[in-house]
Amino acid sequence: MQVSSAIRDPLITGGKTLKDVSHDISRHVENKPNPAWMMAMAVSLALFAFGFYCVCVLLWEGVGVWGLNKTVGWAWDITNFVWWVGIGHAGTLISAILLLFRQRWRMSINRAAEAMTIFAVICAATFPLMHMGRLWLGFYWALPLPNTFGSLWVNFNSPLLWDVFAISTYFTVSLVFWYIGLIPDFATIRDRAIVQGAKTRAAIYNALSFGWSGGAKTWMRYESVALILAGLSTPLVLSVHTIVSMDFATSVIPGWHTTIFPPYFVAGAIFSGFAMVLTLLLVTRKVFKLEDYITIYHIELMNIIIIVTGSIVGIAYITELFIAWYSGVEYEGYAFYNRVQGPYAWAYWSMMTCNVISPQLFWIKKIRTSLVATFVLSIIVNIGMWFERFVIIVTSLHRDFLPSSWTMFHPTMYDIGEYVFTFGLFFTAFFLFAKFFPVVNMAEIKSILKATSSEGQHGTPREVGKTHH
Amino acid sequence: MAANKNFLVGVFDDEDVLVDAVKTLRAKGVKIHEVFTPFPVHGLDEVLGYRRSRLPIAAFLFGITGTSLALLMQFWMLGFDWPMIIGGKPHAALPPFIPVTFEFTVLLSALGMVATFMIVSDMKPYGKPRQFDVRSTDDKLVVAIDVDVNKAQDPSAITQLLKDSGASEVNKKVFDDQH
Repeated sequence: MQVSSAIRDPLITGGKTLKDVSHDISRHVENKPNPAWMMAMAVSLALFAFGFYCVCVLLWEGVGVWGLNKTVGWAWDITNFVWWVGIGHAGTLISAILLLFRQRWRMSINRAAEAMTIFAVICAATFPLMHMGRLWLGFYWALPLPNTFGSLWVNFNSPLLWDVFAISTYFTVSLVFWYIGLIPDFATIRDRAIVQGAKTRAAIYNALSFGWSGGAKTWMRYESVALILAGLSTPLVLSVHTIVSMDFATSVIPGWHTTIFPPYFVAGAIFSGFAMVLTLLLVTRKVFKLEDYITIYHIELMNIIIIVTGSIVGIAYITELFIAWYSGVEYEGYAFYNRVQGPYAWAYWSMMTCNVISPQLFWIKKIRTSLVATFVLSIIVNIGMWFERFVIIVTSLHRDFLPSSWTMFHPTMYDIGEYVFTFGLFFTAFFLFAKFFPVVNMAEIKSILKATSSEGQHGTPREVGKTHH
Repeated sequence: MAANKNFLVGVFDDEDVLVDAVKTLRAKGVKIHEVFTPFPVHGLDEVLGYRRSRLPIAAFLFGITGTSLALLMQFWMLGFDWPMIIGGKPHAALPPFIPVTFEFTVLLSALGMVATFMIVSDMKPYGKPRQFDVRSTDDKLVVAIDVDVNKAQDPSAITQLLKDSGASEVNKKVFDDQH
């Protein structure tokens, strides 16, 4: 029997029964697509189409269609790559780290968050591939495969190669963790389809559910697998963004070559990731009427994590500024002087406002329990985090050691177009997920329903046939 | 084979009632075939007498395979096959090899363990599983008892025992196919 404190906020409100849980979440998969979904898909497909055109031009003409130059060799491409990878980390944190910490509130949000991770990592991966120019060569040349160049091997000392292993492992493990969690829910949809007489749906979800029957022995193994995957994913998520940060930290460029990057990037990733989860879930819960599962309490807890990680990021900024002065290294000092009041100061101060000031507003209870404020601030945080990566990359590159090489960077339509492409890709994938897959983990919610629902906190056995529609 | 054909299926609504019922049934010597639930029930595998899963051991073994392969690969490629001086550093040094080694360990461990899980649980995307009660993935917790394995007990005695332990229904289930 599970014990839960009677003074904790209920995690599932509305007096739900097991049948309610199956119904509330499966019905969105079972129903025909509604006009709102069609509209959303149309918009995201339009973005995807425009972006895809830009990608085709890039692959045909070459990387010269971007605004890069000899001085600023990385700009929007790598900014966007780090931005998307960072966003992906929240999903794994919710799935894996909160599981290890036994935070039951993760259960209504982990499925959507993990889906977000997978789609974000796919979007992120498009950037290193596209920035290679000849991606049809680049993508397998990055792997240590035997070849006819005397078997020329990859450089294992380079963080750029560590990234290849890290991102592919992260994607694969996240995908597997997410899918294993989906299997019991696919079985629920399959069995509901059998009862409802929907033969095609039953056949499709039968295949997707891999013959799941829900026996106690299989559940026991499933929980073991979930725990081990969570234990593996936790160091994985921390290591992946650490490795991404090392793309910069292991260089010699002032403003990049600093040991604060690994923890600073990881905290920043979680910060932006939670903001994106909030943006997506606030809309999803409204459209799918899941307010009883993703409650204000869940939103508040996520906002608290945003305060924590936002504060870490803020402290990191201040530390960087301090060390730039205290170290006495003139190049480091100039790099930060340039950030604060050089030609890109507008980007730096946007970053500071969005990332340092806005999360601190969540200390006020009224703001962190307000849906509108949370939605607005979550978008502001993501904008701020984009600027952070832009500032780190472009301001450090555009003025480094040799003043005669100093120049400005200006994005072209294709820089922006690739970014739009990834938005189109991400939202198309997310809306497809929301329509055809159950967005909340039904099995996990059912397992905590008795202990943590507003009705169940009294510990009474459920009555037969009492459903609320 | 006479076993795996005739079953008594006890349907429960509440997981705590179920766990107590399973305890009672086993105390009375009834052999339970399996219990099907829509969600994992804590304490159920202990009362059913299931041994702890050995999947973590599999994960560990796959993991050390990954570590070994990754280290072997890197040391061979950069240490023996085509040694190169990169950045004035030694041909093959352990510190820069750690990230790839770690990632490969995690990859093989996760994939290997999940594949093992699916194989031992007989999970495949084709064919249909044996359904004792189609509501067992929705809102009912279902106890399946093989009548032929429990020769010492009378089916009606088992039925009564299930009802006394809190089952809301007790049904008979016969499988014609040999699974």
